[in-house]
Amino acid sequence: MKILVPVKRVIDPYVNIRVKSDQTGVETENVKMSMNPFCEIAVEEAIRLKEAGKAEEIIAVSIGNQSCQETIRTALAMGADRGIHVLTEEKVEPISIAKILAKICENESPGLVISGKQAIDGDNNQTGQMLAALTDMPQGTFASKVEIDGDKVKVTREIDGGLQTVNLNMPAIITTDLRLNEPRYASLPNIMKAKKKPIDQKSPEDYGVDVTPRVSILKVIEPPKRQAGIKVENVGDLVEKLKNEAGVI
Amino acid sequence: MTSLFYIEHANGKVSDQSLKAITAASQIEGDVHGLIVGSNIDEAVEEASKINGLSKLLHLDDAAFDNVLAEKLTQVIFNIAGDYDYFLAAATTTGKNVMPRLAAKLDVSQISEIVAVESADTFIRTIYAGNAIATVQTSDAKKVLTVRPTAFKAATTDSAECEVAKINAENIPSISEFVGEELTKSDRPELTSAKTIISGGRGMQNGENFELLDKVAEKLGAAVGASRAAVDAGFVPNDYQVGQTGKVVAPELYIAVGISGAIQHLAGMKDSKIIVAINKDEEAPIFDVADYGLVADLFQVLPELEQAL
Repeated sequence: MKILVPVKRVIDPYVNIRVKSDQTGVETENVKMSMNPFCEIAVEEAIRLKEAGKAEEIIAVSIGNQSCQETIRTALAMGADRGIHVLTEEKVEPISIAKILAKICENESPGLVISGKQAIDGDNNQTGQMLAALTDMPQGTFASKVEIDGDKVKVTREIDGGLQTVNLNMPAIITTDLRLNEPRYASLPNIMKAKKKPIDQKSPEDYGVDVTPRVSILKVIEPPKRQAGIKVENVGDLVEKLKNEAGVI
Repeated sequence: MTSLFYIEHANGKVSDQSLKAITAASQIEGDVHGLIVGSNIDEAVEEASKINGLSKLLHLDDAAFDNVLAEKLTQVIFNIAGDYDYFLAAATTTGKNVMPRLAAKLDVSQISEIVAVESADTFIRTIYAGNAIATVQTSDAKKVLTVRPTAFKAATTDSAECEVAKINAENIPSISEFVGEELTKSDRPELTSAKTIISGGRGMQNGENFELLDKVAEKLGAAVGASRAAVDAGFVPNDYQVGQTGKVVAPELYIAVGISGAIQHLAGMKDSKIIVAINKDEEAPIFDVADYGLVADLFQVLPELEQAL
């Protein structure tokens, strides 16, 4: 079985986000970029399934500019087998990403697609579900546990009130939540080895997908700042203020 | 213009999250129809039919929908999609699961977790874990939106009953099945609808110490939450998590205990009316957003606080 893992290049999660003064977006020039943390969890889960003998090949896909190759190399260094880079300078929306991935699924026939539940830049939380719709596959979103049993996959999902378990016919789409696993660091020998692993370069046109955006960003601003209040001396003070000043208890 | 709003329910009651999110639908010009789906849901249907702003309620009552899975629910909405211009749901784990699947079937982009409606095609949402706020405009004819409930006031359920119509399940796929659910049992209110929340962070040191928060929560009738750091450290389950990757809350009173105030946590609670921070590190960024800060050891403060209430 093949596992397809889409990976996205985003601003590193530990970098402070700065909104551009012309309100067109956030500053990405000279900013450290990394693989989206939820995508790292997806790569890790695919590797663990391969290590457990449930999968033979892991294909990492990234869609975007030339630098996305680095993100694919990171996945290859972690343990993916080969990459597909769909090169485009356009800012590709989830619906178009899902369409490209659907075409790749048609070509590669993976048994599972494992993706992050959301990317920490756009916070859309859409691509996995959209891909599932376009390929008519079932979806196990926000997964905290994945168990393959024959031609079905049992997925435990993080839902608002607790956990939900679903059984999905394969091929299926899984999107990862935080507690699914802890991604490994790539070792130096594996980073060297990854340089020799193949990456196929494609374009959206190769897949016949029009990636023209449907949503335009009119303005991006900083969130309003909350003012710091006062420090209280002790618990008695705090309770008094909450009762009489704020009136919330 | 007509909007279709998907109404969630549990135990015979319409979800508070849906009541809040439906207010966004009401701010869009035109009628709002509701859709409610489940099995043996007469009670919830009756309550939903009285939601202010709803002009028609569609319901699907079918044993096959005892548990609502994305694959099935998407098809139910898709079957009637021709009648509607807007499709909305609260950005709960259900809304997030279903609406993008619907959007792709309709070949449109989705606008996720809107916090305001600017006009018929323009909406406001947060990006980068709440570090930036984007105004976005969609050119799609049909619009699929999820709504952040805390950004809207709940609709009341005291209007006269609206028109109620039954729909049937057709072409429902059977590619997935429900196995089970393990809901966190708690006497506390739900995080997303609680008026008061007390949350613990890495400073709590372990899961057992969350009992100290429980005791205070008991006195306040509060829900108990946690930072991502506390969840990552395994102190409490993920459904406690308040933050951009967990739940977004906006209670009257939010008490952050042993939480440093990482931006991803602030994104989930900074719209609370009053914020209290209890932390022994006076440099902790949580104090920058707190109305009342107490620099002290939480293991001393929590028992004292329980006593004082």
